[in-house]
Amino acid sequence: MSWMVWTLPTAIFFSSIAAMLAGMTIWELRSPSIERKGFLPISTTRGDRLFIGLMSAAFIHLGFIGFTSLSIWIALALSAVWLLVLMRWG
Amino acid sequence: MNNKVYNNRAWLLVLPMLVLVAFSAIIPLMTVVNYSVQDVLGPNASFFTGTEWFRTMLNDSALQAAFGRQIMFSLIILAIQIPLGIGIALIMPKQGWQASAVLILITLPLLIPWNVVGSIWQIFTRGDIGLMGWGLRELGINYNITRNAGDAWATIILMDVWHWTPLVAMLCYSGLRSIPEAYYQAARIDRASKWAVFRYIQLPKLTNVLVIAVLLRFMHSFMIYAEPFVLTGGGPGSSTTFLTQSLATMAIGQQDLGPSAAFSIIYFLVILLVSWVFYTTIMHLQKDKNSQGGV
Repeated sequence: MSWMVWTLPTAIFFSSIAAMLAGMTIWELRSPSIERKGFLPISTTRGDRLFIGLMSAAFIHLGFIGFTSLSIWIALALSAVWLLVLMRWG
Repeated sequence: MNNKVYNNRAWLLVLPMLVLVAFSAIIPLMTVVNYSVQDVLGPNASFFTGTEWFRTMLNDSALQAAFGRQIMFSLIILAIQIPLGIGIALIMPKQGWQASAVLILITLPLLIPWNVVGSIWQIFTRGDIGLMGWGLRELGINYNITRNAGDAWATIILMDVWHWTPLVAMLCYSGLRSIPEAYYQAARIDRASKWAVFRYIQLPKLTNVLVIAVLLRFMHSFMIYAEPFVLTGGGPGSSTTFLTQSLATMAIGQQDLGPSAAFSIIYFLVILLVSWVFYTTIMHLQKDKNSQGGV
């Protein structure tokens, strides 16, 4: 696999995505998600909210990297908080 | 109460497809992400660069300009092709040999490969041998797509309208054909005007096909490559250089794998976002309408 020049950060990134998907599957099997409406303008299921959260995380990171000189860890922390808020109240 | 047994084991049948998609899409995409954080110089020479490529790409003024052009192009294309496609579908013959003849004629542009379309229009617009270029010049219009950015833009848009409006028209046509005759009969009883029939029967029934049409047209026009590349090569200057062409130059021309990977991811995220927002909006509008007991 060394010819594919995998790096540790990429590996961690994809492992967390895979872990999230696996976790969501197990959660869904234990207690199926019910579509509901939170503060988002649309009614969403758990998976929808995770998708929205991950996508906004991507854009938060891009915004931090491209247009500020702040540390990327702040972006990560912000995204994590936003994801939790979204999952709970979105 | 139903007593159906739910057995999710049928999902296992999807497994072969999943493996296929993993090798054709997921793993390549992972590779792109992996390259975007490195400077890959060769098989055994790569350096971890972190977020540097993303920073460079997001602040590259040439790419920002290409991005703006790309958005403008997609918006113009949608604003022309969707109404035009609906209009064509409305006046197309509904049955008999005329319907088949019109369908075949209208589908012809869709059968032509992209770069051939580019070549056709490239020759068509030439001042010396092209019908349109020569004709416009004889009419005294100073038309030159290699020198005048406005002409180049107009030609690319005309070319795309010529190539892809048929798709919108065909989708709308199939949507219109699926409206039961009873709706029209009821409208006739109410003496509804042609506009009212369009506004309250045809347009709502077309929503689904229009969602598909807009999504397809947006995604394709946002990723357009071969046609403008063959027609203008991105010129004059960089006035018709779209994102795909910048990307191809970077990735294939200059072999800058890291920056082009970072750029691809940003590009992909934008397309994903726009498509998702669009799809969700339309689907929820429809759901709200259904829950209110509407059509």
